[in-house]
Amino acid sequence: MSASVYRMPSLGADMEAGTLIEWVKQPGEHIAKGDVIAVVETQKGAIEVEVFHDSVLGRLLVQPGETVPVGTPMAELEIEGGPEETLATGEAAALTQLAAPAPPAIEPGPAAETVSAPTDTRPAAVSRPRASPAARRLADRLGVALADLKGSGPDGAVLLADVEAAVRHATPVPSPPPPPRPTAARRGLDFAAMREAIAAAMARSKREIPHYYLSHAIDLTSASDWLNAQNAEQPPDRRILLGVLFIKAAAVTLHQFPELNGFDRDGRFDPGNGVHVGCAIAIRGGGLVAPAIHDADQLDLHTLMARLRDLVARARAGSLRASELADPTVTVSSLGERGADGLFGIIYPPQVAIIGFGTPSQRPWVLDDRVVVRTIVTATLAADHRHSDGHRGALFLAQVGQRLQEPKTL
Amino acid sequence: MNREEIKAAALEELTNVAPDLADETIPHDADLRESFDLDSMDLLNWVAALHRRLGVDIPELDYPRLRSLDEAADYLLVKLGEGH
Repeated sequence: MSASVYRMPSLGADMEAGTLIEWVKQPGEHIAKGDVIAVVETQKGAIEVEVFHDSVLGRLLVQPGETVPVGTPMAELEIEGGPEETLATGEAAALTQLAAPAPPAIEPGPAAETVSAPTDTRPAAVSRPRASPAARRLADRLGVALADLKGSGPDGAVLLADVEAAVRHATPVPSPPPPPRPTAARRGLDFAAMREAIAAAMARSKREIPHYYLSHAIDLTSASDWLNAQNAEQPPDRRILLGVLFIKAAAVTLHQFPELNGFDRDGRFDPGNGVHVGCAIAIRGGGLVAPAIHDADQLDLHTLMARLRDLVARARAGSLRASELADPTVTVSSLGERGADGLFGIIYPPQVAIIGFGTPSQRPWVLDDRVVVRTIVTATLAADHRHSDGHRGALFLAQVGQRLQEPKTL
Repeated sequence: MNREEIKAAALEELTNVAPDLADETIPHDADLRESFDLDSMDLLNWVAALHRRLGVDIPELDYPRLRSLDEAADYLLVKLGEGH
């Protein structure tokens, strides 16, 4: 046994802080590696966070409702087995994040309060009161106006406890209850916060990553004919979407192009431990998330389809797991059946590549010296020029195209 | 089942597979893909749910006939009739 602490994990480059919603385990309880220990609210919804070692939960250092920066110790852990175990990705990411100069986060600490409160002249409070996502959600649900509350957080930000206190002390409210706004509360998604998170990550990407872009038209006729024939014999539950073939073809091809699968760590390349494909999932009403399908290269198409179906449902419900957000080694984004011919992606830091598939369509195509009608998809690659070159990137796209000519082998 | 019952069932299954649409008012003649941003995953999940609930086979080639709730009800009514 060795003493350790569980820290607020980093669930992506755009996450600065998280709000503890609840402890799923209690002090003294035994926790197996991979068990969910707590639920944390982030811009991407309520996320179940996992532990990375067999351990026993000790003293809790953070209470439900508190918002703390990434890397903050949340609980004491007694780890079973030696302390020499390697850190899992999420934990390592949390530590890396800690080491980097962290931007100011929403921290309800005394220092932050004294420093920032008197100098804050930002007009944001007028249009949109500062509040933690959890506070905003509870206030929404209870019909409490955030602007009417006195916030105890930094810059007067309203915290969950402030909303709870307001409700406890509230005398019957004279005004009629506001119209219900169940959508955001039920889904556990804060659209404004998600927008901010995307903006931060994409701005950082465009600022720091020297992207290069490649585009390649792929004849998809064999693949779509094969898939249609397969699906025709299957009940709907067993049918597979074309997007699953794209994910598999890209994941398998990445074996030969390790420089596209991994992370940038302060300018050095850190290869991914496995091919964990972040699948870009659009959220109706705005926003997107790209949680991982772990070891996508190892899964058969039916398993991959089941994972994707599950991931889409949970992403839209706002209930993803921490490892799914922290682990992607590369991103695949498909426009689906209604969209544009091609997309030129922006890399999600610290990843080094994003692969795009446009909307397949019928096009004139030259085959055996004759012009014929074929189903064509435009595959694209945006990659980090610090870690790979266009020559290799082009070979990668060509190979993905080759793979898709033999769908049976996927 | 009559047409209205089928339509009600279809709507219920739709909001089961896309719970984020539960609060929306969906006009019965609205194009679900265009107006409500149903993607191919939503559509497939809906088809699977209709298959389980009504026992009708819905091949991929017929997906365009599920454009709106009205059209889906017409299509499913015919399909259910074929089974008897």
